[in-house]
Amino acid sequence: MTANEALFDYTLRLGDDALILSQRLGEWCGHAPALEADLSLTNVALDLIGQATLFLTYAGEIEGKGRDADKLAFHRDVNKFRNSLLVEQPNGDFGRTIARQFIFSTYQRALYQELMRSSDPRLAEIAAKALKETTYHAELAAEWVVRLGDGTEESHERVEDGFEWCWRFVEELFTAEPADAGLISAGIAVDPAKLRASFDATLAATFAEATLALPKYPRPVTGGRKGHHSEHLGHLLAEMQFLPRAYPDAVW
Amino acid sequence: MANEKKNEWPLWEVFIRAKHGLSHRHAGSVHAPDADIALRHARDTYTRRMEGVSIWVIRSSDIAASDPADAGPIFEPAESKVYRHPTFYVVPDHIKHI
Repeated sequence: MTANEALFDYTLRLGDDALILSQRLGEWCGHAPALEADLSLTNVALDLIGQATLFLTYAGEIEGKGRDADKLAFHRDVNKFRNSLLVEQPNGDFGRTIARQFIFSTYQRALYQELMRSSDPRLAEIAAKALKETTYHAELAAEWVVRLGDGTEESHERVEDGFEWCWRFVEELFTAEPADAGLISAGIAVDPAKLRASFDATLAATFAEATLALPKYPRPVTGGRKGHHSEHLGHLLAEMQFLPRAYPDAVW
Repeated sequence: MANEKKNEWPLWEVFIRAKHGLSHRHAGSVHAPDADIALRHARDTYTRRMEGVSIWVIRSSDIAASDPADAGPIFEPAESKVYRHPTFYVVPDHIKHI
């Protein structure tokens, strides 16, 4: 892999994480437990679409084959997606959605805090802009983890089950790809292993307040970064990509 | 609260300050389990298009309101007291903003 290809792949991963989670959150539109929660989740989704657009636009420029953000989002097959397995997981109930959001946004906040110092000015710029949004997402998710965990017996159980579903996907977030070594030593990419301490600290503090037990991580499941996805991503893409693929010239 | 249904979040009134120097104005209401989440719901519901620089929320049940049935005794006595309006002063022509 050339340095350029490695940077393309890295930027694609950043964009795909935001894009796929955004699509998942969008599924809550009209279905959340309350109108206000509906607006909260779709607001997060819209922020993530914005971030995905910035990263995928840049990825297309790095690649230099004339693909823009839309082309990358809507005309790529499932095995070409580089998102983490966590973000493609089905929403489940509100508890599981909040568990997934807490894990992802806490990770993403730590990531952007480092990426905003990247020696690649475009990545640094996008991270700096996105950090404010992501900080809000992480805080919102933490508030909900506390309220569900320290809420009723049922809400405690549901958010606990939600986290149980998600734990096996955590490791992947904090694992660099072999191709990243050059980017990391050049100060372009962030070594995700370095973000783990901050993630663990936030998790411990939030779980203490939420009266939730700290995780016993099961054997990790990985592969998303290499394009090996769960069956769920194909279904998600079928819905997301249907319109632009069936009507390639559609505009609105 | 007698009129709050069981298992439903209480209602909060939302006040938004549109910019510094202006007062907070009533924007609407949201449901939320507590004040912190009410602020977040208010932010996501009423300030998505840069409408505000500050948000207040207050439990709707904590607002004491005048009774519309008492509108007569409360508001009508003011109607016959035009001398309370400063309309009898002559405003000099060069005073523009009053």
